[in-house]
Amino acid sequence: MNRIIVVTSGKGGVGKTTTTANLGAALARLGKKVVLIDADFGLRNLDLLLGLEQRIVYTAIDVLADECTIDKALVKDKRLPNLVLLPAAQNRSKDAINAEQMQSLVEQLKDKFDYIIIDCPAGIEAGFRNAVAPAQEAIIVTTPEMSAVRDADRVIGLLEAEDIGKISLIVNRLRPEMVQLNQMISVEDILDLLAVPLIGILPDDQKIIISTNKGEPLVMEEKLSVPGLAFQNIARRLEGQDIPFLDFMAAHNTLLNRIRRRLLGG
Amino acid sequence: MILELIERLFSRSGKNSGEDARRRLKLVIANDRSGLSPEMMEEMRREIVEVVSRYVEIDPGEMEFSLESDQRMTALIANLPVRRVRRTKAKSEAQES
Repeated sequence: MNRIIVVTSGKGGVGKTTTTANLGAALARLGKKVVLIDADFGLRNLDLLLGLEQRIVYTAIDVLADECTIDKALVKDKRLPNLVLLPAAQNRSKDAINAEQMQSLVEQLKDKFDYIIIDCPAGIEAGFRNAVAPAQEAIIVTTPEMSAVRDADRVIGLLEAEDIGKISLIVNRLRPEMVQLNQMISVEDILDLLAVPLIGILPDDQKIIISTNKGEPLVMEEKLSVPGLAFQNIARRLEGQDIPFLDFMAAHNTLLNRIRRRLLGG
Repeated sequence: MILELIERLFSRSGKNSGEDARRRLKLVIANDRSGLSPEMMEEMRREIVEVVSRYVEIDPGEMEFSLESDQRMTALIANLPVRRVRRTKAKSEAQES
């Protein structure tokens, strides 16, 4: 049974592409055959995060125009033999493709992979509808910011209308020290508001930026960092394993922080 | 200078802003989900009060009217405290509001 998952958020810049890259790499490391589809036509970035930007020859548009076979367009990751990328075209707009074409691309890939993960563009317009059309499941990425949570709620409503039954949530860029001072919406608050099951929490960590700079997903590192481990745990949960959530709050409940809270009256 | 430092250390601004965010989000999400504009909400509130006022006298000061969302179900919560029950159905429009 393969799985077709769209990674979406509504708001831009919350970490959809980073999540797609890391989950793809983590699942490939678990021995699953994974294809990542960049559905952000005109503003592609998944190639950069995977460090594959120099290796793109053909894109999804060439496949649809019968300029090449789909196997030829797939970019293989030399570090992870189980991971491939179907790039979006960069010199076209979001209107370069429609929902049926997206579905036909997924149809051609379906039998060759365990996971088909679609990186959705921001917004709720045509690009979103295209990315969602072939999906059976959705992963919503949000951050503990009001605009991101509100947009996530809107997107969940749209996904439910599209009959996407399985929706799970990733809370990205959590800052435990701010939550503890009651200066940030907590994960519990977000779950209470959005009412979809949680599949992962990621801390706000500069290692994520560094990994983007290098084009090397965190989960590929020899010794996993905290955010790398968090991504790997999400992949395991997707695989149905029961992995407890990392407790970022406990790490911040140090004596110094307790004193600070007492002083600031938080 | 030192006073300023102490003030900053004990500054209350931004304190509990997480709570503000949670409260504001709850409201805005409930409104987003209902698809009702603030104008339509206000009109609905006015009409409901008008109908109810024909039968009972309600306390406009204590009245609450809001949309709430829980587990992706949206509910209209109206709390209309009754001052007294009218003997006969009032013919005219609402006296209050």
